Amino acid sequence: MSENDYLPGAQVPDARGYFGAYGGRFIPEALVAAVEQVAEEYEKAKADPAFAAELDALLKDYTGRPSPLTDVHRFSAEAGGARVLLKREDLNHTGSHKINNVLGQALLTRRMGKTRIIAETGAGQHGVATATACALFGFDCTIYMGEVDTERQALNVARMRMLGAEVVAVKSGSRTLKDAINEAFRDWVANVDSTHYLFGTVAGPHPFPMMVRDFHRVIGVEARQQVLDRTGRLPDAVVACVGGGSNAMGIFHEFIPDAGVRLVGCEAAGEGAETPRHAATLTKGDPGVLHGSRTYVLQDEDGQTIESHSISAGLDYPGVGPEHAWLKDTGRAEYRPITDDQAMQALRLLSRTEGIIPAIESAHALAGALELGRELGPEATILVSLSGRGDKDMHTAAEYFGLYDSEGK
Amino acid sequence: MASKLSAALAAAKAENRAALIGYLPAGFPTIRGGIEAVNALVEGGCDIVEIGLPHSDPVLDGPTIQTADDIALRGGVRIKDVLHTVAEVAAAHPGAAVLVMTYWNPVDRYGVARFAADLAAAGGAGCILPDLPVEESEEWRKAAGEHGLDTVFVVAPSSKDARLAEVTAAGSGFVYAAAVMGVTGTRTQVGNLAEDLVARTRATTDLPVCVGLGVSTPAQAAEVAAFADGVIVGSAFVQRILDADGDQAAALAAVRTLAGELAEGVRRR
Repeated sequence: MSENDYLPGAQVPDARGYFGAYGGRFIPEALVAAVEQVAEEYEKAKADPAFAAELDALLKDYTGRPSPLTDVHRFSAEAGGARVLLKREDLNHTGSHKINNVLGQALLTRRMGKTRIIAETGAGQHGVATATACALFGFDCTIYMGEVDTERQALNVARMRMLGAEVVAVKSGSRTLKDAINEAFRDWVANVDSTHYLFGTVAGPHPFPMMVRDFHRVIGVEARQQVLDRTGRLPDAVVACVGGGSNAMGIFHEFIPDAGVRLVGCEAAGEGAETPRHAATLTKGDPGVLHGSRTYVLQDEDGQTIESHSISAGLDYPGVGPEHAWLKDTGRAEYRPITDDQAMQALRLLSRTEGIIPAIESAHALAGALELGRELGPEATILVSLSGRGDKDMHTAAEYFGLYDSEGK
Repeated sequence: MASKLSAALAAAKAENRAALIGYLPAGFPTIRGGIEAVNALVEGGCDIVEIGLPHSDPVLDGPTIQTADDIALRGGVRIKDVLHTVAEVAAAHPGAAVLVMTYWNPVDRYGVARFAADLAAAGGAGCILPDLPVEESEEWRKAAGEHGLDTVFVVAPSSKDARLAEVTAAGSGFVYAAAVMGVTGTRTQVGNLAEDLVARTRATTDLPVCVGLGVSTPAQAAEVAAFADGVIVGSAFVQRILDADGDQAAALAAVRTLAGELAEGVRRR
C-alpha cells in the first residue's frame, strides 16, 4: 500500500464544501478563522509527503493496520447462505475505526501549533480514540458526552479518564450526542486560539466531512483489495452502520466508482422507523441545517430538531453526514432502517456463531447483512464494516438479554 | 428612505448617545408574557429590540438563554408566535425597530422568501442570523432586500481585517460586534477586545457598530457606549425574568427598571 492511498485527491466536495446540495459551512463568525485554518492546514498536509509518511507509520505500528478481513461461515449460513466478509475495524487499537481519523487530526493539531483538543462522543469510541491520541501527543483533552451516554457507556468513560482526559457529562437537551456536539461548539468558540475541535464524524462544517472521510478512506482501500485477493472479484454489496456515517463513508468511498457494487447504509430505527422513537435520519428526515452543514435532519415543521432514539449511543443522532445525503439523493447508496431488536439479535448471533462480540452500532450493519443476504442468495458476497468491538456494550446487552440472571434469555 | 433600523440608530446619534438594544426570546416565559416583557424593554428605554426565535440547539447561547429557550419551547412557542410577538411590539411602539434573532434552520425550514415576507408584514425591521455566514447568505439577503428588511451580520474578535470588509459590505442596518470570544451570557468584564474590534470594523464601513455579548450592567453599557454606536444586552434581561420565578408583574418591573438604568448608561458616554 502506498502512502498516497491514505490521502486521496477527492472529486467532491466542491470548493465551498458542497456535495451536490449538501454540506457547506454554517458557522458563527467567531469560528470562521479557525475553520479556515483547519482547511488550509489540511490542504498543506495533504501535499506534504512527511505528513503522509508519519500518518502511515502510526496507522501501521500504533493502530495495527491493515485490519484483517474475516470470512464468517457459520454467520453466513443465517444470511441466506451469502458469503459474508467482515472488515475488522474492531481490531484496531482502541477498538474501533475512530482512531484512523483521530490520528490524522492529531497530527494536524500539532502542525497548527494548538495544545488542547476537545471532542464530542456518543458511544465513547471517538472519545476514547481522542483521549488516546492526546496521551500519545501530550495534548490537553476534554471530551463532551451526553449524560445518558455516560451512563450506558460507563466503561468508556473510565477508559477516557484513565487516559488523562476530562469527561464532561452534558445535561442539556436530550443529553445525548447532539447535545454533546452543541457543548463542544460552545467550548470551541470560547477557546479557539488554543484548541482544536477534533470532530469525530463526517458531518459538521467544511472541511470536516471531507477530511474525516479521507482519514477513514483507508478502510475501503484495504478492504477492496482484500476482497479481490480473497474472492477474485468485487463484492455484490458493502454494508455499514450510519449514525453520522464515518465508518460507512470510509468503507464506501473506494467503491463509489464500482457501479456494480451496492452501497448499503444501516440506520438506527430504534423502536421502529414508523414510531416516534428512532434515529433513521435519511429514511425519515428532511433537508435542513444542523451542526454546521446542510444535510438530512430529524426536525419538525418549524425547523426544531427532534430528539432521536437508539439503543446504540453511537447512532443516536438526528443528523447525518452531508455526503451520505448526497449519495442517497443520487441513488448511489441506499439506506435502510434497522431496529434495536434486529441489531441485538445480530449482535448475539455473531457472538455465538463466530466468537466475535460486535459493538451495537456495528450490529446494525450485521442485521442489514442478514436481510440483504436473504434477498441476494448464496451466490452473493457481502462486505460488512465491523466498525467496533462490543466490550463497552456488555451492560446494555446484559440488561437486554437478562445475562445478569442465572439463565439468561 | 432610511430603514426603521437606520432611523432608530440615527435618532440616538442625533442625541449624541449610543443606542440601547435589548434582547428577549419570544414565548418566554409565556407567549403573552413574552410580548409584555419586550414591550417593557421598549418602555424602559430600548431603542431597538431583538426578539429571539427559541431553538432546540442554541449552540451560541450560554446557560441563561438556553434555559429561556427550553421554557419557551416547552410552552409550545412556534414561528407564528414569534411573528405575532413582532407584530404586537411593532404595533405598540412604531418608533422602535424590531429585529428577529434566529438560528438559520428555522428560517430555512419555514421558507426563506415566506419568512422574509411574513416578518416584513408583521412590521419587523430585519434579522440577525448568527450561524449564517456571509458565504451562505445570498438567498436570504435577496429575499430580505425585496421586503425592505435589514440583515445584521456579526463580527468577532477573531475576524481578520479582510474578512471584516467582506462581512460589513454584505450587511445593512448595523454591524454586531461580539465583545468577547464565546457564547451569550453575562460577564464581569467586557474586556479590551471590543474596542479594538469596533475600530477595525469602522475602518471597513460607514454602518453603525453595536457591541454585544457579556454586557449586562449600566456601568458596562456606559463603558461600551464610549466607543460604539449601540449597546446590546440580552442575558441580563433574561436573568431578571428567571429570577422573578413566575411572578410576571415582578418580571416586568425588573426588566423595565434594568432597561431604564441601561438607557441612562448609554447616555453617560
